[in-house]
Amino acid sequence: MIMDWLFAPFTGNAFMLNALMAGVLVSIACGIVGTFVVLRGLAFIGDALAHGVLPGVAIAMLMGLPGMLGAAVGALGMIFGIGFITRRSNLSSDTAIGLLFVGMLALGVAIVSRSHAFSGDLVRILFGEILGIRTSELVTQLAATVVIAALAVICHRPFLLLCFSPEQAEVSGFPPRRYHAIMLLMIALTVVVSFRTVGTLLVFGMLLAPAASAALFSRKIITMVLSASGIGAASVFSGLLASYHFNLAAGAAITLSASVVFFLLLALRQLLPGTGAAK
Amino acid sequence: MSGSVEARGLGVGYQGETVVADIDFRLEPGQLLALVGSNGSGKTTLLKTIAGLLAPTAGALEVFGGKPLARPARVAYMGQFHPSSFMLPLRVHDVVRMARFARHGLFGRLSAGDEQAVREAMAVMGVASLAEAPLNALSGGQRQRVFLAQAFARDADLILLDEPAANLDGAARAIYRGQLRSLTAAGRAVILATHDIDEAAECDRTMLLAHRVVAYGISSEILTQKAILSTFGMVGKYQEGGIVIVEREHGHEDCQDH
Repeated sequence: MIMDWLFAPFTGNAFMLNALMAGVLVSIACGIVGTFVVLRGLAFIGDALAHGVLPGVAIAMLMGLPGMLGAAVGALGMIFGIGFITRRSNLSSDTAIGLLFVGMLALGVAIVSRSHAFSGDLVRILFGEILGIRTSELVTQLAATVVIAALAVICHRPFLLLCFSPEQAEVSGFPPRRYHAIMLLMIALTVVVSFRTVGTLLVFGMLLAPAASAALFSRKIITMVLSASGIGAASVFSGLLASYHFNLAAGAAITLSASVVFFLLLALRQLLPGTGAAK
Repeated sequence: MSGSVEARGLGVGYQGETVVADIDFRLEPGQLLALVGSNGSGKTTLLKTIAGLLAPTAGALEVFGGKPLARPARVAYMGQFHPSSFMLPLRVHDVVRMARFARHGLFGRLSAGDEQAVREAMAVMGVASLAEAPLNALSGGQRQRVFLAQAFARDADLILLDEPAANLDGAARAIYRGQLRSLTAAGRAVILATHDIDEAAECDRTMLLAHRVVAYGISSEILTQKAILSTFGMVGKYQEGGIVIVEREHGHEDCQDH
């Protein structure tokens, strides 16, 4: 009975199985990238990138082009825009990110509002369509996850040094700007390939919540990456189940699960001192 | 043969604005140089420029006959603090081991020799027993010892240390000074930035900085009351109950500064 409740939705419905596989791939990508987002304090830029893709997606949709192409252009525009404003003004990168964030979000909504199916399009972009994932999209998601994992393995030394101290990265022969840019591209790639699955709004949740949960008890970065991916995958499973059995929006149920896991682990750490990573 | 570091008419500063100009010195292998000055005098700026973290604003600077940063494996740098490191899930061993990355780049495998260098550096600084401890569970003094171990584990020919004795207790300070003597005896060049006149007095050479080079030379010759007065604006000594100001820049006085 319980086994049926847990597994029948996936064995009996191809769309649920596709959703689970896509979600697990998103979780692995977000677990890797999210770890560096949390450790380097890049949450705001992650949020901005997740929303900055909106105008690109909207324009692509209006022109009948693939949404992922538009998302990629939007994400690159954000990265270059942040760099441009920071270099050419006395403003901090936080201000540059904030300015572009609201500007791009407003532009995206303005463009989508020109569409005849305004609210439907906007909801689809913001919250994804995990239950409508096609096999070709799964392949794209798999390829992107492999690229992200490969980059993390290749760059693990400079990334570790960058988290520890950009100065140490520099004096060790790893230019911090180069590896910061690679990290931003990894965030952008994660957002671009994941927006179809969990949406631009919720991909940010998947970047942050599992990695933040893992940070509560991890004593090594590799443990944090693996735990974040595992927590993300478990959140996808439980979120899809909740969506199936209680008729909830799937993307929101997944991100909500990931957030609940964080607060449960936080409470557990408070109740059981010594179980977490040192403060 | 060129020295470890050679500066000619060097200007250092931030974003094109010079903090200290006309710096000339040459540091040979086996020499220990102290950069001494008050807060904001330019000693950290000079140290960062030698490390290659800041571009010179004027003049020429050579590190092992080339540009700074050209040979990362030969230069170790320890900054004043690593605020971003406090929340990282890193063990002491992981932090010290990072020192060896400069020798191997992205793909080179760390050898048994690398692991040995890491173990020895931790042992020298008395943190071997903390190898598995999370960095963020350590006290300020323990962290400082770990960062020093990281700098020593590089096995570099030039070691740059910014306020290395900060947070260290008397015993740790003695260990660290002993290690500096061993390193220079082995032909390594060391430059350290400090406020501490006693620490500078133990170095071969001292450069007194106060937005300019007040004096540079053999420590025992240049650490005069007059030069220290020009550098800090006062000469003082520690006594129980506070700092006794022996002399200020514009006249003699004796007072207690609690």
